[in-house]
Amino acid sequence: MKNNLLRFLLVPTALVGSLSLYALTSKVGPPAPDANNAGLKLPAGFGALVVAETGGRARHLTITPQGNIYVKLNRPDKSGRSVLMLRENSAGKAEVAGGFGSYGGTGIYAKGGYLYASSDQEVFRYKLNEKGEVTNPTQPEKIVTGLINRRQHESKSVVLDNNGNLYVNVGAYSNSCQVKDRQKGSLGQPNCPILDSAGGIWQFRADKLNQTYGDGTRYATGLRNVVGLDWNQQANQLFVMQHGRDQLHDIFPDLYDTKQSAQLPAECLYALKKGDNAGWPYMYYDGQQRKKMMAPEYGGDGKKEATGNFIDPAAAFPAHMAPNALLFYTGTMFPEKYRNGAFIAFHGSWNRAPEPQMGYYVAFQPFKNGKPSGDWEIFADNFAGSPEKVASGRADHKPCGLAQGPDGSLYVSDDKAGTIYRIVYTKK
Amino acid sequence: MKKLLVALAGLMIGSLSAEAQKKPAPKPKTTAAAPAALIAQGKAVYTETCLSCHQADGGGVDGMNPPLIKTSYVLGDKTRLVKVVLNGLQDVDIDGEEYNNAMPSYDFLTDQQIAAVLTYVRSSFGNKATPISAAEVEAIRAANKK
Repeated sequence: MKNNLLRFLLVPTALVGSLSLYALTSKVGPPAPDANNAGLKLPAGFGALVVAETGGRARHLTITPQGNIYVKLNRPDKSGRSVLMLRENSAGKAEVAGGFGSYGGTGIYAKGGYLYASSDQEVFRYKLNEKGEVTNPTQPEKIVTGLINRRQHESKSVVLDNNGNLYVNVGAYSNSCQVKDRQKGSLGQPNCPILDSAGGIWQFRADKLNQTYGDGTRYATGLRNVVGLDWNQQANQLFVMQHGRDQLHDIFPDLYDTKQSAQLPAECLYALKKGDNAGWPYMYYDGQQRKKMMAPEYGGDGKKEATGNFIDPAAAFPAHMAPNALLFYTGTMFPEKYRNGAFIAFHGSWNRAPEPQMGYYVAFQPFKNGKPSGDWEIFADNFAGSPEKVASGRADHKPCGLAQGPDGSLYVSDDKAGTIYRIVYTKK
Repeated sequence: MKKLLVALAGLMIGSLSAEAQKKPAPKPKTTAAAPAALIAQGKAVYTETCLSCHQADGGGVDGMNPPLIKTSYVLGDKTRLVKVVLNGLQDVDIDGEEYNNAMPSYDFLTDQQIAAVLTYVRSSFGNKATPISAAEVEAIRAANKK
């Protein structure tokens, strides 16, 4: 009731605001937000609109300098397309103008006149013309092949640096490298063999064909699963968001109660250098104590700190919220405080049950000189539809991908209902 | 007590199959398939053992942990269902959907606990299927070991 009343009061205000803005900025300037801001809750001065309903499981997305939106679907749609190309038609809305690629997957990234897209085993690239259109939709170059896919943590996210290198996440096909995955009481495999081919970030050349493990470099290890990653231009460095381990209580009920299990471990942002080890599966990060803890599978008891040369996170977030996208904002549409800071799409938790679930929002972590500076905050909320839907985990939408438009708009993809959102700053 | 529960569950199976023969007649309120005590025990096992993945509403998690609602895995062949609990399950599509998480073995649960939790699952979340008895679990477990 209170919500309805609030909405009733807000709608006319938003309408008047956006209409007057539209009048002022006849040609350039952001499009008008939807009257209800696409159902999102945003900081003052921001608005949102639904760009398109793809109806697919829209994982990551990327936008060319010409404004074409490419969306990677987790599985091909009814027409057999797994990469959708959306073109803006009017007032910021877009329609599906084409599609190609018959492989499911998550990663997509445009840079340097090429579009990179991943299946769960491979990375392909397509040539983009001066209009930002793919010229070889049925004959992509296969850049990377033979990456491990054992279903668990299968997605291969991709990003490029400024030196022609491609970074690919290969998630660990395990929760905590137990002898028996997720089995109550099962201990960790000595010298976790998964790390040879997974549980890290691999670096390849962006222009060389048919590379596999032997051609690439294990750039960083000890990362259980990374779905969100981005290159920070200020620090000239790769940053990644790790999905922390699950089920401390289920596996070690004598050491962790259900509340502790819901709050541990933190979801961590890491700034990576070549050769770094983030510690999975031997440790997890306790965000409240701000300590690296020894994993119970490897001798931990909930109190012992980890031993080993493991890097500290650059920032830590609440447990189990599933950070599926990371984007450093380099646009000028948003106010100064957002410049070079990190947006993180939290897909939403499941492993907090029986405690209420959390997430289903886009967070913002301020940065200064290429390092986190100050506390993170929730930026775009209510993808789920209501607080009850957050708590139960039955969200209407789950934010999964982030991209920046040429004008500095922030785009968000949703792999639950397939909605593509665009967040704009409307205050002058 | 244990024996009594098993006997009761057995009775319920008998009465349900008799009812099943009558086909679509609207079901009376007393359809509740199993004795309350068995359901209560099953709910307790579910909460401790299953809920963190399959969730309080039995709806599972998209793409990760399959739902327990209206699926042949839950409503259909009891032997297959009991074996999922005994052996775990992974790399299997459920009703055309991929679920990528791994379910470990829960063979450390007793026959009675497995019977109770599966009876609870088969009669909750909108499901209406017959109970499973500890004796049935015992027989399936014995065959499973061979």
